[in-house]
This record gives sequence, structure tokens and C-alpha cells, in this order.
Amino acid sequence: MELDWSILFAQFISGLCRAMVLFLMASGLTLVFGVMRVINFAHGSFYMLGAYLAYSLTHVFAATPGSFWIALLVAPVAVGLLGGAVEYVLLRRIYSKEHLLQILLTYALIFIFGDLIKMLWGVELRIVNLPPILAGFVSLAGQDFPIYYLFIIGTGMTVALGLWLLLKMTTLGKLIRAAAEHRSMVEMLGYNVSGLFTIVFMVATWLGGLAGVVIAPTVRLSLSMDMEIIIECFLVVIIGGLGNIWGALLAALITGELYALGILVLEKYAMAFLFGLAAVVIILRPSGLLGRGVS
Amino acid sequence: MKAAKWITGTAIAVALIAFPLIMERISSQYYLYLVVKIMIWALFATSFNLVLGYGGMMSFGHAAFYGVGAYCCALLLVRTSCPVWLAVLAAPCLAAMIGLMIGYFSVKIKGVFYFATLTLAFSQLLYILVFKWRNLTLGDDGIQGVPVPPFISTLDSYVNYYYCALIVTAVCYYVLLRIVRSPFGLVLATLRENPERATFIGVNVQKYRLIAFVISAFFSGIAGVLLVFLETSVAPDVLKWSNSGEVILMGLLGGMQVFLGPTLGAAIMVLLNSFVTSYTEYWGLFLGTTLVLIVLFFPQGVAGVIYEKLLQARTKRKRA
Amino acid sequence: MAILEVKRLSKSFRGVRAVAGIDLNVEDNEIYSVIGPNGAGKTTLFNLISGYHHGDGGHVLFKGKEITGLRPEKIVEIGIGRSFQVTSIFPGLTVFENIRSTILVTSGKGLSLFSTASKKATRESEEILSLVELLNKKNEPAGILSAGDRKKLELGIVLATRPTLLLLDEPTCGMSPVETSGTIQLIRKIAREMSLTVLFTEHKMDMVFNVSSHISVMNFGVIIASGKPEEIRNNKQVQEVYFGGPHAS
Repeated sequence: MELDWSILFAQFISGLCRAMVLFLMASGLTLVFGVMRVINFAHGSFYMLGAYLAYSLTHVFAATPGSFWIALLVAPVAVGLLGGAVEYVLLRRIYSKEHLLQILLTYALIFIFGDLIKMLWGVELRIVNLPPILAGFVSLAGQDFPIYYLFIIGTGMTVALGLWLLLKMTTLGKLIRAAAEHRSMVEMLGYNVSGLFTIVFMVATWLGGLAGVVIAPTVRLSLSMDMEIIIECFLVVIIGGLGNIWGALLAALITGELYALGILVLEKYAMAFLFGLAAVVIILRPSGLLGRGVS
Repeated sequence: MKAAKWITGTAIAVALIAFPLIMERISSQYYLYLVVKIMIWALFATSFNLVLGYGGMMSFGHAAFYGVGAYCCALLLVRTSCPVWLAVLAAPCLAAMIGLMIGYFSVKIKGVFYFATLTLAFSQLLYILVFKWRNLTLGDDGIQGVPVPPFISTLDSYVNYYYCALIVTAVCYYVLLRIVRSPFGLVLATLRENPERATFIGVNVQKYRLIAFVISAFFSGIAGVLLVFLETSVAPDVLKWSNSGEVILMGLLGGMQVFLGPTLGAAIMVLLNSFVTSYTEYWGLFLGTTLVLIVLFFPQGVAGVIYEKLLQARTKRKRA
Repeated sequence: MAILEVKRLSKSFRGVRAVAGIDLNVEDNEIYSVIGPNGAGKTTLFNLISGYHHGDGGHVLFKGKEITGLRPEKIVEIGIGRSFQVTSIFPGLTVFENIRSTILVTSGKGLSLFSTASKKATRESEEILSLVELLNKKNEPAGILSAGDRKKLELGIVLATRPTLLLLDEPTCGMSPVETSGTIQLIRKIAREMSLTVLFTEHKMDMVFNVSSHISVMNFGVIIASGKPEEIRNNKQVQEVYFGGPHAS
């Protein structure tokens, strides 16, 4: 196989793109687990909702220039608010219960959200248009890339930076990290840990919704989006270590690139490489590459 | 207590055997079809319960074994000149092998959450694989017209197949019951109750879990085979993640700690499904809401509650 | 010959040295106790010996053979039985099933998929149950037993693994003086009848001094004194560290 560097580079950028979307998803999932010890199986549903909301918003505001940007701003927030409501009404009741019951609750949400979205948007495939500014191509190292790819990469990196700043620098971030390590201690210090949990869940679903909006112009929206993204998301979290955000970033990068480069080797079954990597990680380092954020 | 059990058991057996003959009089094939469906799901749910109720592992990807059993049987019958008996035996064996592969990684990783996500991921992988590998599986067109031996063909009537399915299900139940009541079954229960303690009585927890997983996969595969003969076709939907959810819900509804719990759950769910889908296409919404309600208010399930009350009554009598 | 030899065993958790270079030798048929204040590292020591944790260094030898780093199931097989400070039993199973399951595993029948009730296993289970005085409760679900009965059940489970060495982590934890005395007599009797060696951790001083043939005192992960009960009683360092002010239980 001759090494065609420009093709490799093209795949590398495409992989980076994919990695960023995966990171947006995985970071939310792993954040919730790290702080609240709950796996939100319905994380893909929030992602899907973000995408469909983007569709509706871009259509409602089709006449307005910058409709995509409105969607980018509004949709994730809406999804985040819904996430907050879900946490407040449902999740709160199960924190003290067995893990199995917690898993089942979020799993049940997949069914509920799936059908609600079906009710609101129907089964036809939907398309979201690229914002005109980002619709062109840019030339890098002899290859033409959609500018939108760079937008995705940029968004991902901004969010990563933002999360880092939030967790490291702000009081909220420190509280979140403290609550992840030792909930009762934080409670005893007088903080409203329940409220904290709601905020964390809202941030996580916001991230999921953002991922959905960001990816929307590049795919056809369908009702199977929730489960399609969730496998890779789970694999990323397993590879990176549950509860570990930096693990999620590292794993997302590796997974994204592995998939993109894997396509060059096994056209339709690049997914196999991901499972292969997960298998290796499970055997050699079961806590994930960077270990679990929590034990 | 024992006498009551024997009487109820015999009554149910008689009812099951007489059922088709009664139905033929009323000439309603639909109910026969429905009961066979219940049997298939009941077998699936009972074999799944080996892993969940007895082994304490919540697998979210059991549809994989059900589906592999179905597809293997269908493919062997449609694409090769494999004799029926061989296809019927090979399918659950393949399901068990897939169970071994998936189970190996899933039990190795520590943690309920990891187990749940990994099993779900594997099952989704198989679903996607079946979709994409059109050369083999015909993708989402599915496989139609599976040749069914004439004596159990469902073309004219479901009666013959009903009895066939009944016999197969009964035999499988017997085997599963023996396994549950065996030393293995007891040790498996210790794993569920207290894995740490189990380790400290000398149990290799991973080994036992894996064996339970493989056995469960085998019988789930048989359920898949039964489905193929009932419908004479198979589509990728059989591997859909939601089937895994349905079988979990059956266990929850009927009660996981009782052997016949999932059977009750299967009956309830199949009947509910038949009822609900005649009014609306949003079965998922119904299912999800039910699951939420059970999780929040009723985690022991219907049979579980009954069983608990019986246990309480028995303990009270002993103490009095 | 020492049935259990521990050499320079160490373990740290995230920078905290729980166990820092422990040496101890337990002789055959001894009743050996390890005492020390909370956090001294006693449970970690047990966890290391029984294979629950991997040490950061050091060796454990059982009957002269190296068992460091072996999986806990293997260590149970070799003959070291262990009880936990927080009583660890199978709550959803009956008392009888708790013991029977253990017997089945110990006799290698755990993987048997199809055989029916084994008379031998039943008989052995009943023997153990009468030994720990729980035979009359054999069909009760273990989850509803009183705290004292649970401890007895756990002892029964440990005995059912046919050990030669018993590791008992605070076997009288939470018990009243009467129950404590009863439990200690039971352990003593069983150890004598079945020729077992017992290594246990404890808080209750009078109990320890009356029963042990050898005592080691731990503090902050190291052994600060080791010897016969009278020697320990008179050891000034131990008195400072442990007894401090009024008699602690």
C-alpha cells in the first residue's frame, strides 16, 4: 500500500472532527458518572433532540440570516433545561437506589424520548443546512476540506478549554470536583449538593445537545441517531475511563482517528477497530487508559 | 404447599395442551399465534433471567443472542442445504459462542455500569453488522421464505406449530430449572447476593458469570429459532436494542427472583403489546413509562411482591 | 513450624502508608491476636494476607509456600478462611443454603450443572450449623437474622471452607459482653476440636488478653510490640498508644 500522505492527512482531519463530536458527547456522559455515579443511557437522546431542535429552529428562522447560529445558541440550552427538568423530577429519586435501578431509569428514557421525538418530527429523514459562512472549502496541504470541519474542531477545542477552566478555576468547578470525591463532606460544609447535581446534569445534556446541533448539517437526521452515536460514546468512555474527562478527551481523539484511518483499511467495518481497541484496553488496563475518575 | 403446587401445575399443563383445540372451535388463529409468541418471549426472558435474576448481572444486549440464533437458523436453511435438525442445533450453539466472546470481555471488566454499557455496545455492533453485511444477511430486507418442514408449517394453521413450540419450550424450561436448582445455580446465587463473600469461599466469580452468560445465550438462541419458524422470516429488527429492554422489563414485571416470574412478565408484555399497538404506534413511550413507574415504585415486580408476601407469611407462621 | 509467615509486608493507598513493613509469624494451633487503634492497618493486613489487595512489597508464606499475590479464591482453597468486620453473608439465601453453597464449592462441586441434592453436602452443612449453634434456624432467610446470629453464620461459612487458618476480623464487633464471651468460647472450642490456627483482630482488651497465646500491637501500619499477653500488658509504649486515658473498648 503506497502511502498517500494527502489522503492520510484528509482522514486525519476527518478523524479529528469525529473525535471532537465524540468528546462533546463523552465528556457529558463521563462528567455525570464521575459526579453522580449514574450512567445516563439516554445521553444519545439528548444529542438527537439537539439535532432535531436545530432542524426546527433553522426552518422557523429560515428567512433570518444566521438561523444556524440561533440554533447553535438556543438548542443546546433548551436541551440543557430539559435535562435539568429530567434530573429534578426523575433522577433525584433514584440516587440512593441500587445501581441497576438507576441504569434502568435512564434506559427507559431512551424509549420515551425516542417516541416523543417521533411524535413531534415524524419518521422522514431531515436535513439541516450549513450556515452560508461555513459552507465553503478551504485548502490545506493540497487537500480541500469543508470549512465546517474546522468549525467542529474549533468548537470541540473551545469546549475542552472551557471545561478545563470551569473545573479548575471556578468555585463551581471545585465544588463539582469535591462533590465527585466526597458528596457527604460537601453537604456537611453547607452546600446544596442536590442543586449541584442538577447543574452538572444540565451541563452534560447541554454538551450532548451541542454535539447534536454541531453534527446536524453533516448528516441526515433520523430516529436512530440516538443509538448510533451511543456505541462509540460508550466505547470512548470505557477506553478513557469512566468519570475521567481527560480520559474522555484522549480516548475520543484515539477513537476518532482510529475510525478515520480504519476506514482506509476496512471500508465498511472500521467500527471493528474500535471494539478491538476496547477489548485490548479491557484486558490490559480495565480501568481505562487514564484510569477512572472515581473508583 | 406442595399439593397446591402440583394441582396448579397440572391445571396449567392441561390448559396449555387443550388451548389450541378450544381455539380451533372458535377458529381464532390469532390467539394461537399470540400464545406461541408468549412462549418464545417467555423462553427468552427465562434464559435471560439466569443472568439477571440468578446471576445478578444486568445485560443490556441479550437481543444479540436471540437475533444470532434466529439469523443463523434462517441463513442455514435458506442459503445452504442444511437439514433442519442441524440448523436448529447449530443456531443456539453459535449464539452460545457469541455469548462466550461478548461475555468474556463483559465479565472481565469490573462494575455494573461497565457491564451494562459494554453489553449494549456489543449488541448494537451486531445489529449494525447484520445491516451492513448485505451479501450475507440481505441487510434490512431481511430473509423471507424460510423453508419450514410441513408438519409444523404455519401456513394453514398454527396448531401444529403450537404443540411443537410447547414441547421445545417445556424441555428448555426443564433443563433451565435443573440448572437453577443444581449446585451451579446455588453458587451463582451467592454471586448475586454477595460477590465479595463468594470470592472468599473460593468462587472464581468471573468464571461462573461467564458460564451463566453462555448458557443464557444458548437458550436465547433457541428462542430465536422458534421465532424464525413462527414467522418464516427474519429481519435485523430482531437484534434491535429495544428487544433487550423488553426482556429486562419482562423480568422486572414478573419478578426476577422467581423462576416463573419472567414467564408471567412475558405474557403480560406480549398481551399488552398486542393491545396497545392496535391503538397507537407509540409502544416505546408506553414501555418506557411503564419501566420508569416500575423502577420508581415497584422494583420487585408482580411475582416478586407475591413471593415476598408468601415469605413474610411463612416467617410469621414459624415465629408464632 | 510457623504456619503463617509475613515478611516486610507493605501497602500504600494514594500515598498513605496503611501497612509499612510488617513481620509476623503465627505458629500452628496458636490463637494469635493483632490489636491496635482504629486506622492502625489491621484490616489492610488481613486484606493483604487473604489476597484481597496486592501488596507493594513483602511476602506472605503459608505452610512454607509463597502465597503473595495469589487470587483470593486460590488462597481460600489453600486453607485460609476469612471473616469480615462488617459481617459478610448471603442475605437472600437461607441459613442452610449459605453453608451448603460453601460446602459445594469447597468440595469442588460448584460447577456441577445437573446433579441433584447431595446427601453428603447436606450432612456436612448440618454438622457445621450445629457447630455454630444455628441448626434450628436453618430455613430462615439469612437477611433477617440478628447481628449475633449473622456473625455465627459467617463463622459457619468460613468453617465450611475447611480452613487450617482462620483470619477473623473483629469477630465480636458490636456484641454485648455476654455475646462476646459466648462467641470467644465458641471460637476457642472450634479451634481446639478442629485443630485450627486462629489469627484475629480485636478491640476488646480483656477478651484478647484472656484468650490469645500471642499478641501483636499495631499502630500506624507498623508493629510496635509483639509477645505473650503479660509482656504486652506491661509494655509502656503500648500503654501510651493504646490505653491512653480511661479504658477504651
